[in-house]
Amino acid sequence: MSLRAEIALRIGSLDLDVALHVAPGRVLALLGPNGAGKSTILRCLAGLTPIDRGRITIDGTVVDDPATGVFVEPERRPIGVVFQDYLLFEHMSVLENVAFGLRARALPKRDARARAAALLEQVGLADHAAQRPRALSGGQAQRVALARALAVSPRLLLLDEPLAALDVGTRAALRRDLRRHLDTFDGMRVLVTHDPLDAYALADHVAIIEAGRIVQAGTLTEITAHPRSRYVADLVGVNLITGTVRGNVLTTDRGTTVVVADATPGEAYAVIRPHSITLTRHAPAGTSARNCWPGTIADIDQLGDRARVAIDGPLPLTAEITLAALRELDLRPGDDVHATVKATDIEVAPA
Amino acid sequence: MPLPAVLLAALAVAFFALPLLGLLWRAPWSSAWTYLTSDTATTALRLSLWCSLWATALSLLFGVPLAWLLARSELPGRGLIRALCTLSMVLPPVVGGVALFFALGRRGLVGQYLDQWFGLRLPFTTTGVVVAQTFVAMPFLVLTVEAALRQLDPRHEEASRTLGASPWYTFRRVTLPAIRPALVAGAVLSWARALGEFGATITFAGNFPGTTQTMPLAVYLSLERNPEEAIVLALVLIVVSFAVLVGLRDRWLAQQIRTRPVAA
Repeated sequence: MSLRAEIALRIGSLDLDVALHVAPGRVLALLGPNGAGKSTILRCLAGLTPIDRGRITIDGTVVDDPATGVFVEPERRPIGVVFQDYLLFEHMSVLENVAFGLRARALPKRDARARAAALLEQVGLADHAAQRPRALSGGQAQRVALARALAVSPRLLLLDEPLAALDVGTRAALRRDLRRHLDTFDGMRVLVTHDPLDAYALADHVAIIEAGRIVQAGTLTEITAHPRSRYVADLVGVNLITGTVRGNVLTTDRGTTVVVADATPGEAYAVIRPHSITLTRHAPAGTSARNCWPGTIADIDQLGDRARVAIDGPLPLTAEITLAALRELDLRPGDDVHATVKATDIEVAPA
Repeated sequence: MPLPAVLLAALAVAFFALPLLGLLWRAPWSSAWTYLTSDTATTALRLSLWCSLWATALSLLFGVPLAWLLARSELPGRGLIRALCTLSMVLPPVVGGVALFFALGRRGLVGQYLDQWFGLRLPFTTTGVVVAQTFVAMPFLVLTVEAALRQLDPRHEEASRTLGASPWYTFRRVTLPAIRPALVAGAVLSWARALGEFGATITFAGNFPGTTQTMPLAVYLSLERNPEEAIVLALVLIVVSFAVLVGLRDRWLAQQIRTRPVAA
């Protein structure tokens, strides 16, 4: 009872060749830049684009296998899709949108509407049932799209950039909402995103896609700690710190304080990019940087002309410096260093 | 707006309004009622409405699938099919009527078998009028609907499929409602074209009062016999067409207002 997919497909300039596995109840995030093939993978899983080679199995049922000529049409797959711009039907009310899948499956109108109303209640939109989709805000439309996809009780939920259409200000709150709603769904989920924060907040496993290939897969913690390529390092090789913001200070669960700028109080993620960390042998004096943490070098990875230095201490961090700087400071594992970061270089998002 | 454009636009409006005024000016108002209630007028008007509505219905029935085929399929030679199916828009209607005669006439390519096997004779019958009108009217619907289908984002249809809807259910519940404005516009255009049909009708179906003599035919024939009658009949055609255009427009506008977002 899981999703297994080997997908090989040539479409336009994209040459896609990936293998995915999602265990029951798990969330896999496909992370990568635009044009890498993430959305095409979702289309293949949904049956909107047939694959050239490979095989897709959902819950033990083969839904696409060109070698044996098996192809299950989208409407016969146990799936739900939340599209990037939601694609709500404008000529129907919100309630009719959510009831659509049930009506298409020939459920009597009354039952379909009752179930749709219950789902709208769950996502907090009972008051909007009679409205047209265009009267909704982006976040509300997203919840309607989610309710519509979940109405038919799919085994596999596919989410294509569910937060990309929203403005930055509302993203954090909606990401939290989405996680809450997704937690009530016990099927498998595949999420496409280009934002590591989405993957961090919503997924168990991450597959990094680059030009139609999975370049690295695993938990986000593993990948963040040891990106295997320059590309992956740039994409997800950031220091993600969780904690509580009070005033201008974020306190981690281990009690370390991080001075930040422009943060709203409460639970939050802080993102420290490795290249914004300065390493020094001794604690710097007279600096404008608000943060300076002592630590011990645990590990040094070389990626191209840069070095990623893993530091153990009260706040474990990965710093990225040039090879020239590494040589000049003559840094080796076991050395004591100080990591310095300006408060304004730290991005904070409410959790 | 620049003055020359305003002047040219005003001239254009006058160009369309003047012929109407011409008719109104010459209309025999005192005897209008007599002409209106005459057998010729009522019979022709009833026949015209009946045939043009049938032609519109047939255009919808066959034209929407045809538009779908042209807009969505990967069929080779689509351009050629489109040209073939819209040829009657640019063809002189008389030529269309002649062509129909040799195809569907009693000795026509297909017509002879229609007669032999089903006893169905199209020329000089009311059915023949409907066929001639459909022949010239359907392209207007096909082109309008095809354009709308091309503009429609196919991803809404894909979303419908992922929700468990079959292609047919998707077409009925998602595609058709989305192109409804084009359906209405295309149907009105076809209907107007069918109502005004003259050349193909008189060639293929002839001019028999009560069977094939529609309003345009009646107007043309009475112009020689009794110009006053022709003017009254012409005005009736204009009033009916105008009323339908305005009526549909109002209903359409009302619909648009209803579907506007409700301010919460």
